[in-house]
Amino acid sequence: MEMQQIKFYQTGTFTVGNRLLEADQRSVQANMERTNSLNSGHRACQGCGEALGARYAIDAAMRAANNQVIACNATGCLEVFSTPYPETSWQIPWIHSLFGNAAAVATGVMAAMKVKGRKDVRVIAQGGDGGTTDIGFGCLSGMFERNDDVLYLCYDNEAYMNTGVQRSSATPPAARTATTMALGAEPGNAFGQGKNVPLIAMAHGIPYVATASVAYLRDLEAKVSRAMTVRGARYIHILVPCPLGWGAAPHDTIKLARLAVETGIFPLFEAEHGEVTSSNKIRHRVPVEEYLRPQKRFAHLFGKTPAVDTLARIQDMADRNIRKFRLMDERRHG
Amino acid sequence: MLKQCEGSHAIAESVALCRPEVICAYPITPQTHIVEGLGEMVKAGDLENCEFINVESEFAALSVAIGASAAGARTYTATASQGLLFMAEAVYNAAGLGLPIVMTIGNRAIGAPINIWNDHTDSMSMRDAGWIQLYAETNQEAADLHIQAFRLAEELSMPVMVCVDGFILTHAYERLDIPTQEQVDAYLPPFEPRQVLDPREPVSIGAMVGPEAFMEVRYLAHHKQMRALELIPQLSAEFGQVFGRESGGLMRTYRAEDAKTIVVALGSVNGTIKDVVDELRDDGYAIGAAAILSFRPFPSDALHELLSHAKRLVVIEKSLAVGIGGIVSHNLRMALSGISLHAYTVVAGLGGRPITKASLRSLFERALRDELEPLTFLDLNQAAIDRELAREQAQRRSGPSAENILRDLGVR
Ligand SMILES: Cc1ncc(C[n+]2csc(CCOP(=O)(O)OP(=O)(O)O)c2C)c(N)n1
Ligand code: SF4
Ligand SMILES: [Mg+2]
Repeated sequence: MEMQQIKFYQTGTFTVGNRLLEADQRSVQANMERTNSLNSGHRACQGCGEALGARYAIDAAMRAANNQVIACNATGCLEVFSTPYPETSWQIPWIHSLFGNAAAVATGVMAAMKVKGRKDVRVIAQGGDGGTTDIGFGCLSGMFERNDDVLYLCYDNEAYMNTGVQRSSATPPAARTATTMALGAEPGNAFGQGKNVPLIAMAHGIPYVATASVAYLRDLEAKVSRAMTVRGARYIHILVPCPLGWGAAPHDTIKLARLAVETGIFPLFEAEHGEVTSSNKIRHRVPVEEYLRPQKRFAHLFGKTPAVDTLARIQDMADRNIRKFRLMDERRHG
Repeated sequence: MLKQCEGSHAIAESVALCRPEVICAYPITPQTHIVEGLGEMVKAGDLENCEFINVESEFAALSVAIGASAAGARTYTATASQGLLFMAEAVYNAAGLGLPIVMTIGNRAIGAPINIWNDHTDSMSMRDAGWIQLYAETNQEAADLHIQAFRLAEELSMPVMVCVDGFILTHAYERLDIPTQEQVDAYLPPFEPRQVLDPREPVSIGAMVGPEAFMEVRYLAHHKQMRALELIPQLSAEFGQVFGRESGGLMRTYRAEDAKTIVVALGSVNGTIKDVVDELRDDGYAIGAAAILSFRPFPSDALHELLSHAKRLVVIEKSLAVGIGGIVSHNLRMALSGISLHAYTVVAGLGGRPITKASLRSLFERALRDELEPLTFLDLNQAAIDRELAREQAQRRSGPSAENILRDLGVR
């Protein structure tokens, strides 16, 4: 299905008016028949981006797979808040094994479905940024390299939230976490070279890689649906703000997810077989400060003497993303 | 069918006859020939309906096995030594989830110092992970135990490790009886999982469990192993009926009925022990032996019964619990409650050190005279140790001791 470009001016909560669309263009969540794969009653914090992202992603996958989906979850917030014994929010077959093995467990499920001739059953692995970019990285890369028929969803909230907000390899520079305190000469997380797992996924040459954000839920659904049309290893990296870890208001989750995109800090793109095929253009470019300022994890940058140099470095990174992923509409901006 | 073949090859053929549906493989000596053999059968199309997956680590191997087993596939993998430690977290997880995976351990020492040869340190490190642990005495038994292992695992919904002495068994060529497909099919029914990931009947597996139920979940695992104490002899007896030979069980005794001295050990060393028992019997000593085939569950009652009339117990251990002595002996203490005898722990064969008949004979003779220390290290080169201790005494930076000892002994 070709997604129709919507161009109404969105205000307030930025929710997309489904009513204005043709029925087949409406979002999965707009449908009363949606599966509610991750049902209400779970224990996520108010405004949890991960809960929102997972609900949209899995429901979209369910629609695409005619409800034949099995999910394998890494340890982390999503696992803990969704299955407090003896309750579960999952309406789909779901397994949690360990923190670092979701991709491999999914390979096993996939193999079992293959021998049993259940090619209609689709397998999803999912985890947080820690479970994906750090401890689960070996299993993830192995799954990619074998091109196993698994869709991996990474819910990136940029730290180990479930254990109390410690730094992961997805934590951005300068961010304060419990292990990168806002202390000393260089407060917050160090500036490294970063570990861009979407790009690393692309380097495996797998058929489909995308980034998505909970501010663009229709885009997230479309990317999941697109991924489900493909066989082989697929990877979607979703930015999911965490009010608790980021020190942000629960009602700002969508706003922050949008600002991360509009600053260029978190580029949205799709790639096939190692090549970027499209990127979502920024419609209103904003300076990084607007994104950083509402988050307490960056509060030390805006003290009595603002950290001008640090802010410039972060702005630089955003600008580089904009050039690299062609995030500005070139016709309008040269 | 009788066949001259390598132990690993016989294990691979037995596993293949069990119609595994998913096999995960990662290389480590001395387990490699088993998975290579299976891989070849899958690739050649001789083993149908089976996914053979080459993974990037042992942690992934067992994790893939966990996923496959939870999705209802009969699943097999094999490892040894460092590989077993590398998958340790998944070893506990597979058991905690109650997944009937069968895994061969080609028993090998654990480094440092790195060493590829046989002892039992690897599987002993996982003895309390919740897996059933069977130790094969011979290659025929190793092959046979795998067939019993799938049956046992699936009946209890619990994973089983079949421990096979690295090189001594895995790489030995001998005449072995490979059963027919009809025999195995008659013995091992298709896998009917207790829990399965299926979109037609969604379940959540692996939820977080707090103090209100964790004890009960763990207790159930113990309960199942206690059930296995009954099931293992039954399955072994049934195996005897279908295949016409004795294999498996909880424990096997040798000339133990009237024995006042009993030697207990696990695995292939029992062959040598029996030869020495024969020699000493010829010389008039009332000595016998017992091979523990099932270390988990531990056959405490059977051992208690066996040892209740003995005067002496000699435990031959292929692993060392550093700082205390022997693991098997330690486990045996529970079974000795109310029995008074001289118990000797003998640590032997670490890192592949040969356990010879001559050494065992002189060891047992000393035991028969009650001249043995409670903890003995068989064939230990005390002089080399003393020289290294002296070097350490002489200078602070004495260097890496493993390398020092090799140089001292002139091993190059
Ligand atoms: C092997 C192992 N190490 C550490 C942990 C502790 N642990 C559980 S969840 C978690 C953090 C998860 O972080 P992430 O993957 O980013 O998910 P989030 O909770 O942020 O959604 C950690 C460190 C564990 N369960 N297992
Ligand atoms: S800590 Fe963050 S990721 Fe975890 S449930 Fe709360 S908001 Fe969601
Ligand atoms: Mg996280």
